[in-house]
Amino acid sequence: MKALSIRNLNKVYRNGVVALQGLDLSVEEGDFFALLGPNGAGKTTAIGIVTSLVNKTSGEVEVFGHSIDREIELAKSCIGLVPQEVNFNQFEKVENVVLNQAGYYGIPRPLAHERAEKYLRELDLWGKRDDISRNLSGGMKRRLMIARALVHEPKLLILDEPTAGVDIEIRRSMWEFMQKINSEGTTIILTTHYLEEAESLCRHVGIIDEGRIIEHGRMRDVLRKLSIETFVLSLKQGLGSAPQLDGHAVRYIDEHNIEIDVSKEQSLNKVFAMLSSQNIEVLSMRTKTNRLEELFIRLVETKKQRNSA
Amino acid sequence: MPGRTRENLVGFNTIVVKEITRVLRIWIQTLVPPAITMTLYFIIFGSLIGSRIGTMDGFDYMQFIAPGLIMMSVITNSYGNVVSSFFGAKFGKHVEEMLVSPMPNSVILLGHIAGGVARGLLVGMVVTVIALFFTDELKVTHPLVTLSVVFLTAVVFSLGGFINAVYAKKFDDISIVPTFILTPLTYLGGVFYSISLLPNFWQNVSLANPILYMVNAFRYGFLGVSDIPIGRAYFIIGIFIAGLYSLSLYLLNKGVGIRD
Repeated sequence: MKALSIRNLNKVYRNGVVALQGLDLSVEEGDFFALLGPNGAGKTTAIGIVTSLVNKTSGEVEVFGHSIDREIELAKSCIGLVPQEVNFNQFEKVENVVLNQAGYYGIPRPLAHERAEKYLRELDLWGKRDDISRNLSGGMKRRLMIARALVHEPKLLILDEPTAGVDIEIRRSMWEFMQKINSEGTTIILTTHYLEEAESLCRHVGIIDEGRIIEHGRMRDVLRKLSIETFVLSLKQGLGSAPQLDGHAVRYIDEHNIEIDVSKEQSLNKVFAMLSSQNIEVLSMRTKTNRLEELFIRLVETKKQRNSA
Repeated sequence: MPGRTRENLVGFNTIVVKEITRVLRIWIQTLVPPAITMTLYFIIFGSLIGSRIGTMDGFDYMQFIAPGLIMMSVITNSYGNVVSSFFGAKFGKHVEEMLVSPMPNSVILLGHIAGGVARGLLVGMVVTVIALFFTDELKVTHPLVTLSVVFLTAVVFSLGGFINAVYAKKFDDISIVPTFILTPLTYLGGVFYSISLLPNFWQNVSLANPILYMVNAFRYGFLGVSDIPIGRAYFIIGIFIAGLYSLSLYLLNKGVGIRD
């Protein structure tokens, strides 16, 4: 079953800004889906329409088969949202933020207390339950929004940049938590600017630009489309210029570092053999950018070039 | 939505409890100021000036103004509660917590109205207790009229506060209506005088003021006297509730001021 189905979704804001232009997107039940795109591409608008925070201009949206036009309450009850910006009452106690949200979803108080304790414990906030939420750190506020979004145990969890501004340790613990709830059956849609996060967590990806999907599919299939990868090599001996390697573009960074482009048909063994033949010893190697980041940049730039042409 | 009655009731209770908790938590801002203001009104207009005025419609001036002052505090507080709470939720973006939930808009509206009514009636009770210190006797001639009019008036002004909050874009916008419309209409709504004292022209002008009907109907509940027919007062209050409720729900459904 499709957790989310978006067909020909359009949004024109009152000031004339066209945010979405015939967006089509589908996410299967149980998936961990990355929705990526540059700033202003339409990700947050699309999420806003799905969660009823933004009115659509036209198009169809269904959440687990429930249309947001005809069965809005059923559609909403399937969704948990972790928005980009903090949007809880900062004067409420931490536990009350979660309890009130449970109440809005019609969960009776005793069960709401049970769930609030469960998710606040899992997100390491139970000790802060009586604190005024304004006093939490940035990372804690993000985790509180996750606990709040889970209190009605939604089938679809939408996370809009949940790890923005969060330190690496907390980010990693949030990744583990997201993987755990996904493995328990919750469908997750994630938007993020950390493409490493998307590549390591998500099975499917949709890349959105200027209100349209420009790439959509399995993460590994999409990454396979990346024809060239760039590697940075650290060298033992210093070089005065970039070495010549047949069939590869090589760029000089400094005397101990060079960049080499390798297409997917080419073998790294051959690269090393050519370097060895020139008595160049490699100490270490890393990809210049994350593969998804590379693909993302190329797709968006290609589109821009096509538009300007 | 059929089949979700129980869930909607839980949602409604959640909003009401949250609103009442807020009123009690910030009692210095919500309960104390009207108590002090009304005490001053009773001292200045009732004890000091009122003793020189004599009687009004056959009652001590203090007895005459007590229902009007109670009603004035109910009006300003029920309005003020909803406008500040709902605008605060918009401003802090936590209105989104309700908008993403499956609660129908009618439940969101009714929850906030109930919160406004609760604060209006709570403050009304506080002012009634204060009035008892200044009047020899505060009799209630028609208890059902008294209770129904104060309740329905609190509903009217809670709805008014809600509409104000929907349109408000900044904090200034939530004080414009109370300052420039509500206060003048309340003062000119027969709180301190009987309109029979006015020349004919100004009596007719006063009849266009809806607050006059509410104050007089409430006074009728206490003292048994009114400048206007009680049936007309109920009719006007009913029209206002129906009109303001429909408009509020329409604005919520359209997402005016809360959805892009």
